[in-house]
Amino acid sequence: MSLQIPVLELESEEVREIGTGLQGPEQSQWARVRNWAPSWIAPLFHSKKAIVGMVILLIYIALAILAPVISPGDPKAFVARPHLPPSSAHWLGTTGLGRDVWAQTIWGARFTLEIGFLVGIATTVVGCVVGMSAGYFRGRIDDVLSLFMNIFLIIPTIPLLVVLAAFVGSKDLAYFVAVLTLTGWAWPARVIRSQTLSLREKDFVAASVVVGEKGWRIIFREILPNMLSIIVASFIGSTIFAIGAQAALEFLGLGNPGRVSWGTNLYWAQNDAGLLTGAWWTFVPAGVCIALVAFAFAMINYGVDEITNPRLRARSGIDKVLKERKVKTTGTRATPVVQQRSVS
Amino acid sequence: MRYIGRRLAFYVVAFWASLTLNFILPRLMPGDPGTAMFARMQGQIDPSQLESMRKAYGLSDDPLPVQYWNYITSVLHGDLGTSISSFPSPVTDVIRISFFWTILLGLVALIISFALGSLLGIIGAWRRNGFVDSVLPPILLFTGSFPYFWIATVALFFIGFKWNLLPLRHAYADGLSPGFNLTFIGSVGKHIIMPAGTIVLVAIGGWMLGMRNTMISILSEDYIMMAEAKGLSQRRVMFSYAARNAMLPSVTAFGMALGFVISGALVTEVVFAYPGLGYSLLTAVRQLDYPLMQGIFLMITLAVLVANLIVDLLYVRLDPRVRTG
Repeated sequence: MSLQIPVLELESEEVREIGTGLQGPEQSQWARVRNWAPSWIAPLFHSKKAIVGMVILLIYIALAILAPVISPGDPKAFVARPHLPPSSAHWLGTTGLGRDVWAQTIWGARFTLEIGFLVGIATTVVGCVVGMSAGYFRGRIDDVLSLFMNIFLIIPTIPLLVVLAAFVGSKDLAYFVAVLTLTGWAWPARVIRSQTLSLREKDFVAASVVVGEKGWRIIFREILPNMLSIIVASFIGSTIFAIGAQAALEFLGLGNPGRVSWGTNLYWAQNDAGLLTGAWWTFVPAGVCIALVAFAFAMINYGVDEITNPRLRARSGIDKVLKERKVKTTGTRATPVVQQRSVS
Repeated sequence: MRYIGRRLAFYVVAFWASLTLNFILPRLMPGDPGTAMFARMQGQIDPSQLESMRKAYGLSDDPLPVQYWNYITSVLHGDLGTSISSFPSPVTDVIRISFFWTILLGLVALIISFALGSLLGIIGAWRRNGFVDSVLPPILLFTGSFPYFWIATVALFFIGFKWNLLPLRHAYADGLSPGFNLTFIGSVGKHIIMPAGTIVLVAIGGWMLGMRNTMISILSEDYIMMAEAKGLSQRRVMFSYAARNAMLPSVTAFGMALGFVISGALVTEVVFAYPGLGYSLLTAVRQLDYPLMQGIFLMITLAVLVANLIVDLLYVRLDPRVRTG
């Protein structure tokens, strides 16, 4: 096969699009948002994936906050015969205990998201403190902290969670959050540590050291603001982890079965044999909700990654233009050579 | 060699840390686990069980360092204490057979998702914005968002219960006795499809995206351009030049992923009543069988550490830089 490298002549405007990986209309549409939003939130509005994720997430947050309005009354109340299929009276049917599945799903959003965000914040804060200390101070401190991170990373999550929850207790909200945080802090810590290590080598940090700024000031005023996008990504990852781990723990019966959350809903569905009586409506809503929330977070992360990672970005810009121009590319990997048309 | 030595030392420390955690936790509890259990079981527990449990924890009146020493030596001698739910068999007996099933399920699921995911990632990066690259990631990201056990529940409901395509529960058909013959292996194979398949469905997306992103970075390297310029076949460039180097981060992640997959397998087993450690774990949780929980925790941790050591050895073969550096 002969090697052909397509040479493209581009308008200067298109060159700019490739550079930013953005399309014209999108850019203007979100220009207003970008003006008031802080710099780390702006990338979120450039990606369709991230916008889809944020919309799904906002819907769930709204449902959780408005639960008492949308579905008043106690979600644990006995309302009708057990295992009734969905009907106009009970939109999602009833559980094996005669509870309304719709009400349980809406109220479940409250507790699940609450735990998810609490653990997400807690793990990110612990991860930041440990990761930045390790990355900034290096040497002995880094060795010890990294050892702890690696140990917590390598110990399998669910067995650790089960042992911790069984002994420390998980009926109490604070303990529950503590157990999940203790299992999940190592991942963000490691990501933040390596980012701190690389930022520390930058000239502006060296400059502040020369000027005589104190260590903690450099960490919080110089390094931290430059890592915000990574911290946001860690927060998203930690929240996904928290929601999944919480569901697994509750499903195993280590949560508080008296609380209404998506995990305990699944626990009851499994326990009351909803499965083998054909009552699919007892376990489908909770699972779909967990998945949609996790998916929303993952989409936001994916979108941010696509924008902040220059290699992923440049390629998709070029591909977009190639598609629009209907340029036939060869079967080879060669990147098309881009030539800017001279502006007269 | 120094690299392997360092890793080995780390694994020993990690194992020691999980041992210590096991030692500390029962002592952090208000009262002690024995009394707590006695209270929760409302006296439905044999005093001899209680006594053996206290002994299993080394909860004696000895000073703490002595208790600690006793605990560590007994674990190193393979004594994980006595199970409460199936009293008086030792924990090691209870988990021996289920350990095998969990490792089988975890390994099968991990290897399939690793191989298939990496392959899809390679193809996706190779044909950027092609079918594999544009359609699969969002779908896999979505299936990857479901909890392992939930996908398992749905598969069980439809494939097993409604359509009767695959067996509902257990690791092999009920009447069979384990043995090394075709009927038994066939039955095991049939029973593992659903549990392993559901784990693969959740885990595969991560492998694909990871491989794809590394591949994209590697494809812009000069030596890829060089290989193409030499006129090598596309397949050769794709696999021997790009994919081989793009594999390295995935291989590193393999060891850590084993922990995730085993965690997923534990919960998936509960759904399929698969007789692995996850099932024992559920029994342990339901019956407040603390020694069994701790035993499972230790065994799984040990398995993951050993697997990581194997991956490290493999890595030395794959990446010559590690051997010299």
